Amino acid sequence: MKNFLVEAEIMPKRGVNDPQGEAVLSGLRLLGFEAASKVRVGKLIRFQVAAETSDEARADATSMCEKLLANPVIEEFELEVSEA
Amino acid sequence: MHVGVVSFPGSNGDHDALANLEADLGVTVRRVDYRETTLVGLDAVVLPGGFSYGDALRCGAIARFAPIMTELQKAAAEGMPILGICNGFQVLCEAHLLPGVLLRNKTLNFHCYWEHIRFENVHTAWTNNLEVGQVLRLPIAHGEGAYFIDPDGLARIESNGQVVARYSDPEGHVTDAANGAINAIASVCNEQGNVVGLMPHPERATNDLIGGSDGLLMLQSLLNTGTPAP
Repeated sequence: MKNFLVEAEIMPKRGVNDPQGEAVLSGLRLLGFEAASKVRVGKLIRFQVAAETSDEARADATSMCEKLLANPVIEEFELEVSEA
Repeated sequence: MHVGVVSFPGSNGDHDALANLEADLGVTVRRVDYRETTLVGLDAVVLPGGFSYGDALRCGAIARFAPIMTELQKAAAEGMPILGICNGFQVLCEAHLLPGVLLRNKTLNFHCYWEHIRFENVHTAWTNNLEVGQVLRLPIAHGEGAYFIDPDGLARIESNGQVVARYSDPEGHVTDAANGAINAIASVCNEQGNVVGLMPHPERATNDLIGGSDGLLMLQSLLNTGTPAP
């Protein structure tokens, strides 16, 4: 068994309102950052998974995202798995 | 009639529900701790408002796995009337007992005032005392109350009559929801109509002494529902 470091990036799906992202964008504009656009706010969850292989760790983490860490109705996720 | 009110860590509407269901609806109430593993002796269950588990991760996401929820899933399948109010609504959505999800209010503000909602489905366990088109004035108190469901799901619940109530003006004209809820949806039910969730608080409007009694009209539906437990 090895420990794998997992980073789950969870973002609101396309088409789901993200008022937080809109508020952040308006803040950036107020500061004069005219170049900023399309702000979306998500979350990054970092954790370790004990597994024999990276694939096994990824499968476990995928199941965790599907069951708890992300809500598939409104969110999508991407995983980065590396040896801890 | 015995009604259980589930207290999760961080629930704060449980005491309102217990006190007002007992005093104004006239039912026997029991506080159900989230660690309990039985609902024996109860005819109906209310999941109250609040901030279960501090809203960690997403509203209702952790409460969904509390020990009592296993029993609640079974009871829901067996047809027990279950009402989720505010955070309770969020918990029922996360538990997949109700379709959709509640998002952050589009204003990003916490909304705390009296709203009008217009009822459309009066065949549920919790609305059968009302008439189609009836408008109730109820308090709201939420930061994450914008109902959302994907287009396919929306079409499905609209055609199934699972939209129980929408935000409206006092005359019953449906309005854009201040919180950004899709199709101004304030309340939905499951396909069987025994599980209902809503963002407004009927349990905080059971007596004119506390600002209004329209909520009692809704809750009285329960007295018309089903058979009491042995």
